[in-house]
Amino acid sequence: MDQFTFTDKSKKIFGALILIGIASIAYGMFDSSVTADRIWVSALINGWFFFSIALMATTFIAINSAAQSGWYVALKRVFEAVSLYVPVGAVTLLIVFIASAMHMNHIYHWMDPEAVAHDALLQHKEPYLNIPFWLGRAVVMLGVWTLFTFIYRKKSLQEDAEGGTSIYKKSMVTSAFFLVFFGYTSVVAAWDWFMSIDAHWFSTLYGWYIFSGMWIAGMIMVFLLTHYLMGKGYLKEVNASHIHDLGKFIFGVSFLWTYLFFSQFMLIWYADIPEEVTYYIPRINDYTWSFWSMVLINFLVPMLFLMSKTTKRNRNVLAVVSVIIFFGHWMDIYFIVTPGVLKDQGHIGIVELGMLLGYLGMFLFVVFRELEKAPLMVKNHPLLNESTHHHIN
Amino acid sequence: MTKEKFIYGMYNDDDLMIAGIKQLQSKGIHVRDAYSPFPIHGLEDVLGMKWTRIAIAAFIYGITGLTLAVITINYMMIMDWPLNIGGKPNFTFYQNLPAFIPIMFEFTVLCAGHGMAITYFFRNMTLPGLPARNPHPRTTDDHFAIEIAENENKKFSKEEIETMISESGTVAVFEKERIVKFL
Repeated sequence: MDQFTFTDKSKKIFGALILIGIASIAYGMFDSSVTADRIWVSALINGWFFFSIALMATTFIAINSAAQSGWYVALKRVFEAVSLYVPVGAVTLLIVFIASAMHMNHIYHWMDPEAVAHDALLQHKEPYLNIPFWLGRAVVMLGVWTLFTFIYRKKSLQEDAEGGTSIYKKSMVTSAFFLVFFGYTSVVAAWDWFMSIDAHWFSTLYGWYIFSGMWIAGMIMVFLLTHYLMGKGYLKEVNASHIHDLGKFIFGVSFLWTYLFFSQFMLIWYADIPEEVTYYIPRINDYTWSFWSMVLINFLVPMLFLMSKTTKRNRNVLAVVSVIIFFGHWMDIYFIVTPGVLKDQGHIGIVELGMLLGYLGMFLFVVFRELEKAPLMVKNHPLLNESTHHHIN
Repeated sequence: MTKEKFIYGMYNDDDLMIAGIKQLQSKGIHVRDAYSPFPIHGLEDVLGMKWTRIAIAAFIYGITGLTLAVITINYMMIMDWPLNIGGKPNFTFYQNLPAFIPIMFEFTVLCAGHGMAITYFFRNMTLPGLPARNPHPRTTDDHFAIEIAENENKKFSKEEIETMISESGTVAVFEKERIVKFL
């Protein structure tokens, strides 16, 4: 069973999720207690969250091609299907960015000419933080990421048809270019789209912090799709060792995230300099419980439940834990964006949760359609045999 | 220090050794251990080895380190001599927690790491000064050896065991003494 079928039942479920998303946007527009910014903030949070998952899948293919690793080959089509949400996600993000540039929302404080006129620091940052340059960077980054995603997919299908090792060897070169580009641009994207929300504030490890968060969310999404496909009887070649490796990534990167979160927090807490603490004061004072529980979920849940080898190899347990961490990382993006824009007026209500479900439906619809377009197992990858015999203890 | 005698069979190829182990096992002989210059994939499954418990030991050492760190920091920095460092609140542990976490983390890692290493040396009897455990120097170079205990295979006589080993493709069969327990 190499050919995945996107059943009508799943289509209906995802369609219903998209409708819930649209209905919650409509509800937000007609309910006068919901400001327009709340909808735009949600569009940025969910747009980025699902886009970053897809972008991480592209990056993961690139990392593994460059490192010549063999184990992931049996899962390559799942990674590819997830990565092909990149173009759709890029459009959802561009809608938010263009709306911001047209002053339809107030996500980016520095875009307001009135504010810049009275602010020496924003004037100083203007050569970098101005709308044409900012929008240009966004278009270039999103465009190049999409281009590479298409290249990987095209080469993979070509390899299925032609065989041989030349495509595999060339993919290392492609990956080297992509990873260098991604290494710089993922940080630039973090500055542009998230750090510039709090335009006065800066942090040097912010780019890695965003990157580690997207890495976990990406691994979790690929694992959950694998889990679903295996439950439906697909992906016969995937064994407990592949699941173990995905589990190790979820576990390990959770600690990378915690490490970066804490490194950023502790230095700012210790130094206690006014221009630095502006980032944490609204988050801790206005969102105390939900903010700290987000940190604890993202740290303690993986530590307590995924430390043991048994839980990482058992995909049912791993799935439950993954869903919790997945929501934890959505909360992370929520706290990266919301307090900077809405100050203490942020809520997780019908609009936020409805839009999360809507974007999830759209994401899964695209991914399932892409899963259907190609066989679930690559045919002629040189390391396929190594991957199907993957065995670790 | 207790010593015990074992029967060893030497092979010059890892595939031959695995085939030999399987052949002996099919005749009902229990193979205790194997020696190889490099890790052999799947050997532990063939030998039916139990999974190591060093992870549990590491967890206990880590928890011990964390507890010691918390007790010491709390005594030094909060109870005995609170210091005013950069105006930070210094009368309660939890208010100062971010400053203590690096030390707590490092001490956990220190105890877990050293504890694991020392446990490993004890368990494998590879502490400095102890004689080498491998039966022949060439098991660290290009040969492979299996170890069979006479008292675990009471069904057969010593001669029978030795014949069966030599029939499984060995290059040499010999008997040697090694330490099985010290302290």
